Amino acid sequence: MAFRDGPFENIKVPLAWTAAVVVVVALVAAIVMIIGDRGTASGRGEAGPVRAGFVAVAGPVGGVFSAPVRWMGAVGDHIGGYFFAVSENRRLKAENEELKQWRDQAIAMKTVNERYEALMGIRTDPPVPMAAGATVQDTRGPFARARLIDVGATRGVRIGNPVLNEHGLVGRVVGTTAGISRVLLLTDVASRTPVLIERTDQRAFLTGDASANPRLAYIRGVGLKAGDRVLTSGDGGGFPRGLPVGIVAKGVDGSWRVKLFSDRGAVDYVRVLLFQSFSQLADPNALNAPPLAGLGSAPPPDTNEAAAITDATARRTAVEAAAVAARNRRIGEANAARATPVPSQAQPTATPPQQQAPPPPVTGQAPPPAPGAQG
Amino acid sequence: MAVRVVGPMAWIGWPTLLAILFTVLLSTPVSLLGLKLPQPVWPMVLAFAWPLIRPSMVAPAVLFGLGVFLDLFWGGILGLWPLSLIAVYGGMLAARNLMVGQETLFLFVMYTGCTLFAFLLAYVIVTVSIGNAPSLIATASQVLPTLILFPIADWMIQRFDDGDVRFR
Repeated sequence: MAFRDGPFENIKVPLAWTAAVVVVVALVAAIVMIIGDRGTASGRGEAGPVRAGFVAVAGPVGGVFSAPVRWMGAVGDHIGGYFFAVSENRRLKAENEELKQWRDQAIAMKTVNERYEALMGIRTDPPVPMAAGATVQDTRGPFARARLIDVGATRGVRIGNPVLNEHGLVGRVVGTTAGISRVLLLTDVASRTPVLIERTDQRAFLTGDASANPRLAYIRGVGLKAGDRVLTSGDGGGFPRGLPVGIVAKGVDGSWRVKLFSDRGAVDYVRVLLFQSFSQLADPNALNAPPLAGLGSAPPPDTNEAAAITDATARRTAVEAAAVAARNRRIGEANAARATPVPSQAQPTATPPQQQAPPPPVTGQAPPPAPGAQG
Repeated sequence: MAVRVVGPMAWIGWPTLLAILFTVLLSTPVSLLGLKLPQPVWPMVLAFAWPLIRPSMVAPAVLFGLGVFLDLFWGGILGLWPLSLIAVYGGMLAARNLMVGQETLFLFVMYTGCTLFAFLLAYVIVTVSIGNAPSLIATASQVLPTLILFPIADWMIQRFDDGDVRFR
């Protein structure tokens, strides 16, 4: 019997029901995807091939749209510079005068600092190379704050590298492809950055919540004030110490927040510090090796070395045995002396006290050296 | 006079491509006088309008793909926007018989409710998944531009609804 002749011939499934089936399947698939991506929420699994492939395509597309914006911005800056040259010149002269004083102080402090470092033998951090790039896409939603930049693994960028603009820290790299990287901003809800307060050396965690001013959490110590400078602390090795982050301010909700330095400048160009952790300078295998691990791979001793080892072992054993015997003898004598009653002055003892035997010499009782030890 | 057929490309295909295009365009890093471009959730318009236009198996599948696109493009939690958008689509599909033919003001109220529901769902998922609640002000800064897109949803409903009498 053909299918069309059967009882299902006249059945027509309503479109709404078929659509509902697709909706249910899609809901289940979405939930599975969320659960699968939960473990990578902090880094958001950017190393995954799907995300990497998508970023590799989306980056150049974003670059096509952002390039005219940068050109227009450059034209605007040029026109503005032409019309406001006089006022800009005055401002720069005043700023230059102020900076000269800071330069002199910096030179003096650098000299003193170098002397201190030499005196104390401090091992200073090595210089960190950088890679400059342009922003090609900007995500500004409440659930993700990130940027795509047009430098990637071919320029040495790796996951975890800090990203700065000319004013301060912007975020860190959470995903790379050959030519495009994704930067997780300090304001993202998944961003956590260990920072310190420059004035008091207090430690805290800079916690993003998608607002313009991230929150300071887990503040250690008291005495925080609005206007304090915030720097990266370098704790944990994720960032080098001392990168400028922002200024402390009191939020409308009463919490301590940070006005980011990076918001003072444009968002188009950034620098990636090709920094991982200074622990990379040490060989982790050598640090993690168990003590005397080299004995397992050492060649066997020859005859002379074996004889010397045997002789040394025998001497050490004999010395230890003599020491134990002497200690036991002294203990026995002390116990015997405690058991004997002490005579009074009025009743002198009839018998003279026993002579205490001197302890036998410990040295010189070792067995003769083993044959072959001398030669 | 020839009959004009409204196929899936007209009410699903082109709106999908336009939603992707506008999402990419508004992600351009532009800053004018300290203000940046708004970044609404364009597929929210489609999640609201498509079930009211007509039931379809293709539309939720495409909507799911749009959600995945948003998560990959914005770098968010994978599955966040597919779930939120499909939840809105499913709700509107269930309420379709009540919603079809209503006046614009009522549709706007429903669109607002759908948008708030989708953002609430995403807010809860992000808060639970990351362990940190996003700022309500930042959330509102994306909800409001998304609400402003309602005229597009209304136009789509007026344009494509009743295109086929079989779905009445």
